[in-house]
Amino acid sequence: MSAADAASPDVPPQALKRQLQRANRLARWKALGLVAPLLVFLLISFILPIFSMLTRSVYAPVFSEVLPKVSEAVQTWDGEGLPDEPVFAALAADMTAAHANRTMGRAATRMNYEIPGTRSLFMRSARRVAQLEAPFSESLPTLDARWGSRDTWAAIQRVAQPVTATFYLSAVDRTLDADGTIVLNPEDQRLYVQLFWRTLWVSALVMVLCLALGFPIAYLMAHLSPARANLLMILVLLPFWTSLLVRTTAWIALLQTQGVLNDLFVWFGLVSNDGRIQLIYNQIGTIIAMTHILLPFTVLPLYAVMRGIPPSLTRAALSLGASPAVAFLRVYLPLTAPGIGAGAVLVFILAIGYYITPALVGGRTGQLISNLIAFHMQESLNWGLAAALGALLLAGVLALYWLYDRLVGIDKMRLG
Amino acid sequence: MPPPVYASAGERVWYYGFRILCGAIFLFLIAPLLVIIPLSFNAQPYFTFTPEMLALDPGAYSGRWYRDIIENDQWLHSIRNSFIIGIAATFLATGLGTLAALGLTSPAMPYRRTIMAVLISPMIVPIIITATGMYFFYSSIGLSQTHLGIILAHTALGIPFVIITVTATLAGYDQTLTRAALSLGAPPHVAFFKVTMPIILPGVVSGGLFAFVTSFDEVVVVLFMAGFEERTIPRQMWAGIREQISPTILAVATCLVLVSIALLTAVELLRRRSERMRGLDAA
Repeated sequence: MSAADAASPDVPPQALKRQLQRANRLARWKALGLVAPLLVFLLISFILPIFSMLTRSVYAPVFSEVLPKVSEAVQTWDGEGLPDEPVFAALAADMTAAHANRTMGRAATRMNYEIPGTRSLFMRSARRVAQLEAPFSESLPTLDARWGSRDTWAAIQRVAQPVTATFYLSAVDRTLDADGTIVLNPEDQRLYVQLFWRTLWVSALVMVLCLALGFPIAYLMAHLSPARANLLMILVLLPFWTSLLVRTTAWIALLQTQGVLNDLFVWFGLVSNDGRIQLIYNQIGTIIAMTHILLPFTVLPLYAVMRGIPPSLTRAALSLGASPAVAFLRVYLPLTAPGIGAGAVLVFILAIGYYITPALVGGRTGQLISNLIAFHMQESLNWGLAAALGALLLAGVLALYWLYDRLVGIDKMRLG
Repeated sequence: MPPPVYASAGERVWYYGFRILCGAIFLFLIAPLLVIIPLSFNAQPYFTFTPEMLALDPGAYSGRWYRDIIENDQWLHSIRNSFIIGIAATFLATGLGTLAALGLTSPAMPYRRTIMAVLISPMIVPIIITATGMYFFYSSIGLSQTHLGIILAHTALGIPFVIITVTATLAGYDQTLTRAALSLGAPPHVAFFKVTMPIILPGVVSGGLFAFVTSFDEVVVVLFMAGFEERTIPRQMWAGIREQISPTILAVATCLVLVSIALLTAVELLRRRSERMRGLDAA
């Protein structure tokens, strides 16, 4: 039986099909039209800014803008020995101009990211280059021996290109040497790989702690009457609704060496007054505060899943002779897996990009990758490196987000 | 329920042990919030209980840190800023978010999953990345260090919460009610405002409250984008924690806990109302 049979006799089936198609199309455009304003808003105010910030990690044209002649001339150099006199002359002319209009600092800073210490070489040479005589291929190396080094020129050839991999290499503790091969930085300059590992480690630990603490209370609430469970739920939701800064402040008051917890320890005689424990401004403080802040994100999905598990399943296992432990491990626990997965991935995603708490209570050992991004944004002003670190972090977070969508489904996310 | 009379000793130990464990975890959750309340009345500029306070000596308590807030222009200014920015961002996020949620829950919506993922992403992307991106972008169009720039930034951050809450409410909304209104001759906008809106309103309002809290609590974007004029409460607290730590911060924190209690209560009442209106309330 076709759909046309049900239609009124005076409408031919083809026309009906067309009408249906048109109605469907209209509904689709209406739905899209409702979402469109928000989508456009987010595209402009959120996605575009992030995207354009991340391009700074590969696109840094400042050197060729400030020193255009040498940037062009050096490209003809084959990388063997030293460049010819015209390249040196172009450098001298560029540096004279850059010194005059005070742009040398920007290019020198960019150069310094390739070879640490070359900032001063460029600044000093730019000041003195006006007094030098041609041929510059002889007078520049006498001013500073590094102008006679192949490494310097190889680096200039690299930074003259507006597109660079330097920042990504720095973000994983690596640099390019004069031959263009990737080498690991000296041990005392390695920082970021270790920091990525630390971020992952802290996030994983916080995730495990959140599950370990969240599971029992979700279990308890799921097995109470709804009225009493709602009462206990307030204890979970109140911290959830309270300002992050308030909770962080509270932990400072509790954990600092002259704080409440240490006072209690001394009072109970657990530690002496001089032996107060450093619980904050280090990794321990970061982990405690982050666990506290992220705990509701595991309790809520766990509770939702546990509420839906019929108690008869565990009872059936018990009646069939399973011991309570076996019934729990083989029947109950597997049924809570969706909640565990949802809570774990969400906490991990949020922990890995954490900034505020480590910045306030992390001290030196509790800093995470976000804090280094902020440092390069605000203090060292190495925006290329900040963008590269940000891009790596974002890639990791988006991968986890994708996993969360596969595992849980974004539309299943609930808040309280 | 307590263990039955025939429970073995082991079961009893397990039962009470488990309760004690849960009690400890709840204490971990709530104690930090409770501790700051009495500490904010400390007469001394310390972050800890003085012996006089433990002896309940009235002289050890004072409201001087609260007076500090009221008498300090910087704090008053930041309180005003927080409310202006928070309320404006809430209305923008709620309006745009509710429209989008209506589209998202329509069965005809194409690419629903992808679009949903994009709309939720401001909650997932690490805040430092969002803040740096917005800092460059809003500076380049002259909106950094303005209220408008921060309002737009906070709108973006609040949107996921509106989307999550309102789509959840709409998922429980019975579409036949709209169809009934339409079949009875109501034009679509009348059907929406007279039938759909009153039923989903509690969900929309709690989405809005979430958006408000997000803006009210946000510090990183403000840290990057706000000048002295646009300082908000969290920005002022941040400066307090980093620079000159004084119990004034604890007094502000106590006030904020009261704000969150009020908001939590509001959301809980709205949730119950919403469930009742959608006929989900079993009781």
